[in-house]
Amino acid sequence: MNKTILEVNGLSTKYITRFREDVYAVRNVSFKVEEGHSLGIAGESGCGKSTLALSLMGYYFAPLHYISGDIIINGKNISGLKPDQVRKNVLGTEIAYIPQAAMNALNPTRKVIRFIEDVMYAHGSKMSKKEIYDLARERFEILNLPADTLHKFSVELSGGMKQRTVIAISTILSPKVLIADEPSSALDVSSQKMVIKMLHDLMDLGFIKAMLFITHELPLLYNVTDDIMVMYAGQIVEKGSKDQMIFDPIHPYSKGLMGSILVPEDGTRNIKLTAIPGTPPNLKNPPTGCSFAERCKYATSRCKVYDVEYTELEGGRGSRCLKPEHELRGLYDDGKVDFSNE
Amino acid sequence: MSSKKEVCLSGTGVTKVFGFGSKKTVAVNNIDFQFHSGELVSIVGESGSGKTTLIKMLLGLTSVTNGDIFFMGEKRDISSHRKKKEYWKGIQAIFQDPFSSYNIFSKIDSVLLDCIHMRGGRRLPREKKLKMMREACSFVNLKFDEMTNKYPFELSGGQMQRLMIARIFLLKPKILLADEPTSMIDACSRATILDMLLKLRDEINMMIIFITHDMGLAYYVSDTVYIMEKGKFVEHGNADEVVLAPKADYTKKLLSDVPKIHEPWDFRKSGKS
Repeated sequence: MNKTILEVNGLSTKYITRFREDVYAVRNVSFKVEEGHSLGIAGESGCGKSTLALSLMGYYFAPLHYISGDIIINGKNISGLKPDQVRKNVLGTEIAYIPQAAMNALNPTRKVIRFIEDVMYAHGSKMSKKEIYDLARERFEILNLPADTLHKFSVELSGGMKQRTVIAISTILSPKVLIADEPSSALDVSSQKMVIKMLHDLMDLGFIKAMLFITHELPLLYNVTDDIMVMYAGQIVEKGSKDQMIFDPIHPYSKGLMGSILVPEDGTRNIKLTAIPGTPPNLKNPPTGCSFAERCKYATSRCKVYDVEYTELEGGRGSRCLKPEHELRGLYDDGKVDFSNE
Repeated sequence: MSSKKEVCLSGTGVTKVFGFGSKKTVAVNNIDFQFHSGELVSIVGESGSGKTTLIKMLLGLTSVTNGDIFFMGEKRDISSHRKKKEYWKGIQAIFQDPFSSYNIFSKIDSVLLDCIHMRGGRRLPREKKLKMMREACSFVNLKFDEMTNKYPFELSGGQMQRLMIARIFLLKPKILLADEPTSMIDACSRATILDMLLKLRDEINMMIIFITHDMGLAYYVSDTVYIMEKGKFVEHGNADEVVLAPKADYTKKLLSDVPKIHEPWDFRKSGKS
């Protein structure tokens, strides 16, 4: 049994809009990530993936508010800390976050090395500039980034290079957990592969202990992470290893999601893509019962009334559906899940 | 799909050069192409390979430095605004970013009405126009009665892109240029948009030119795939041939960079659990 690096218990957060309405974007999320493992989070736009990422940092600023739950990183609970403490003691050293447009974070008037100095001094480093430079140079070389990048301005770098530079800067203090929120979706395929390779290297060399990778592109997730978790309406609907999730999903929503995969491989041309009709529920008033019931082809009247618990299955899997596993599998036997006839 | 192979759009020696002298950049370098009617063509390439410049030239939004473009067998003439408008009746586009494709001051009704007027339906009675608009909206699974009196920015990205397809449905052009129409929307709505485009193609037998950097998408939708590198077509042919048995090195590299699910990337050294 590996050591658990990140443990989240019943985390709920909400947004308060300027009309004083509450939007429950993350609802009772619990999961664990072990050392050396990576977890992928998939889901439609607006399902709470990015809000979960923000909430995990423990750094709440309006309109995002904390409701309940624990975030335990390497045995340390960070959920009750004040923003100031979080910034000093958690961000950068325990957790690092890379948003989608991370490359825009670089100030065009400063050289890359200055950002690294900033990060080090903000966390109370006593090193001299020369020592920091040596450290940064060494780290950049390990990660296959040219060392002269350190003396460049951000405008001199290409999109993929900028993104990799930002990743290198944000992991300079070797955080335990790295949260990558669609780090490659603004890049083309070749730069994307380089960014992904770098994240793998960081894991392999032990600079980061665990990684959360958020994207809506499932083939990419399959190539990056060990486990995949599917979110819908702020809740986890299914979790399992990547092979289980891509080739053998249990929950009707994940089944529909996996039916929208496009890859350039033999035999994928004749498959009919599944599209799930309808839109996700409004999280101002989360629906009673199963959140997916409204769009689910297999929903019964029970689904809309009873709250569904997340049930653990064998082998670390879990799914949130009223119907037991064997019953759902029976439903899929008639061929492909097709939501389009409704 | 059409059985007759009539050449719909073709070009010889099309070139676009930006800048002069030492700052000269050749975006599209002396390419020849022949697209047939009813065909679905994909142009795949990395960013900076000149895909969008080519599309802009085909649409007549930028001038062509050198070479000729032929539309329906005749040399294209867009020298005046009137001729350009006439040309645009036959060729239309869907762009990547639905949020900036619309005029924020015009309502959805007028967006659709404009299309009817462009097809010469200005004199039609109002009921007839409403019926056409309703039909177009139901084709893309939008409810016209919810749409009327709204502005495009009140819709979600997927809905906007579907409204764009409703426009195309009304305009019935010969050629549709789709410049990464699904890259800003998530995987789930992507399937809906693609299905609608394919349905529309069968309905009005138009030709679609699909611009993308996603090999999986190109392979799924297209009959013919063109691979573009640095302003040149390095490979073209039947989708199965190009994707499953690539010849050019660039195509091979592009295919190896696309995440796949049956042959995963191997970065990890052994010994990791």
